[in-house]
Amino acid sequence: MNKDEYKKLVKKHEPQENKLNNAIIAFLVGGTVGFIVEGIIVILMNVLNLTRIDATVWTSLIVIFTASLFTALGFFDNWMSKAKAGLLLPTTGFAHSVSSSALDYKKEGLIMGLGSNFFKLAGSVILYGILASFILVIVKVIISG
Amino acid sequence: MTFIWAFLIAGSFCLIGELILDNTKLTPGHITSLFTVIGCILAFFGLYDKLIDLAGGGASTIISNFGYLLYTGAYEGYLANGILGIFTGMLTKGGAAIVGSIVFAAILTLFFNPKD
Repeated sequence: MNKDEYKKLVKKHEPQENKLNNAIIAFLVGGTVGFIVEGIIVILMNVLNLTRIDATVWTSLIVIFTASLFTALGFFDNWMSKAKAGLLLPTTGFAHSVSSSALDYKKEGLIMGLGSNFFKLAGSVILYGILASFILVIVKVIISG
Repeated sequence: MTFIWAFLIAGSFCLIGELILDNTKLTPGHITSLFTVIGCILAFFGLYDKLIDLAGGGASTIISNFGYLLYTGAYEGYLANGILGIFTGMLTKGGAAIVGSIVFAAILTLFFNPKD
């Protein structure tokens, strides 16, 4: 059997992921997260008399705490893989990546394990976010004079 | 009305992310970084403000909001303090998410162990 035939055989037998299904799940889960977050913001604004900006920051902290707690309790990994991008793109994905790498590397020591790997996955978000913002602010400054 | 937009906007971001994930070789790490940079670019054109006015929590929960906060913090820093302000202002708004995830993850790691 040559390489091409083998590849065809592998392709035939590997499980077919239903892309339409994935897309619908991601849309519904992501939408639900957005809906719940908006709900928490409105509740905080009305109950604690916060401004919308403060309520938004509190809400994102609540979401980060919840996602970190669920990751530590062990069932969030499963949710992440079931919900596809629906939990990856909200703040939950960022919190999950930090807390899961913290848990996984804890046994390798406080410095070389936990410390060095803390931002293993979330580090690229911070790096490219800051870099892009820096460049864009410089461009904005040059344009607006 | 904000609730409906929150659902639609957050859902659409996730839908686009899932389509990229399924149809290209990019990993979840690529997707989150990409969406953060997209957030910075939307903030640059003044579009992310409008998205937040429209969808509230639906726009502020997406990772692109982090890029928006970095850009806005840096630009407002520039307006207040000049070039130095870009450096000092960058994390004033986006810092909450970084500090929050560090503190919560570190505390929880003390009490929990990985399951498998």
